[in-house]
Amino acid sequence: MHTLRKYYHPYISPFDPCPPIKVKGYETPPNLYMGFQPPSLPQFEPKKALAYGTLWPALYSPYPSPPVRKEVNE
Amino acid sequence: MWYYEKKLEYPVKVSTCNPTLAKYLIEQYGGADGELAAALRYLNQRYTIPDKVIGLLTDIGTEEFAHLEMIATMIYKLTKDATPEMMKQAGLDPHYVNHDSALFYHNAAGAPWTATYIQAKGDPIADLYEDIAAEEKARATYQWIINLSDDPDLNDGLKYLREREVVHSQRFREAVEILKEERDKKIFF
Ligand SMILES: [Fe+2]
Repeated sequence: MHTLRKYYHPYISPFDPCPPIKVKGYETPPNLYMGFQPPSLPQFEPKKALAYGTLWPALYSPYPSPPVRKEVNE
Repeated sequence: MWYYEKKLEYPVKVSTCNPTLAKYLIEQYGGADGELAAALRYLNQRYTIPDKVIGLLTDIGTEEFAHLEMIATMIYKLTKDATPEMMKQAGLDPHYVNHDSALFYHNAAGAPWTATYIQAKGDPIADLYEDIAAEEKARATYQWIINLSDDPDLNDGLKYLREREVVHSQRFREAVEILKEERDKKIFF
């Protein structure tokens, strides 16, 4: 399973006017990795699928992505 | 900053006096999928894209300005010696009324360039997918202009530009692959 969020360390200048955000993140939803959806993937039970917007856990992309990891800043 | 080299990225030759071709080429000058839109799109998005792909957007955005120059040169060559009568025959009389033979950033139908042609969503995947789509649309526009043009020398330059769109699209797709990679993953648990 791929992570649904990636992190990077942006360049920080010694002359930045504001305290720097040292780690930034961006979303990489599951559809980025799937290509053609393989047949017979496991499915949510119908009520969950209705609530989530997809039948398949493999395509489920909760936002904010869990586990909610702090974008550490020290 | 930029250094300027006083030459074109690829030689531009136009061998037939057919100002109508300028009417088509202006689409790649000031149109939605044209070179101006491309250059401004990438050179603006690059500030908020992850560091690993900033350089790519800078390089491609810069090259788009080199393409803009080639298109401008083609249009200029086709219109600089056109009389008002020739402009009229080429369907360029509305352009002539407004601009004489000056170039201007509008599309083939005369609609002026607008920033609504480009986007900067701030989500790296969304921005790169827009860039890939933009390259494919620019490639298609070159195809349609080549289909309308019967000037082999002009088409030679257009085929070069079309090929560059193919390469740019590939590089943007690679940028997506780079951003998809699992990196630094463990540090943040
Ligand atoms: Fe391009």
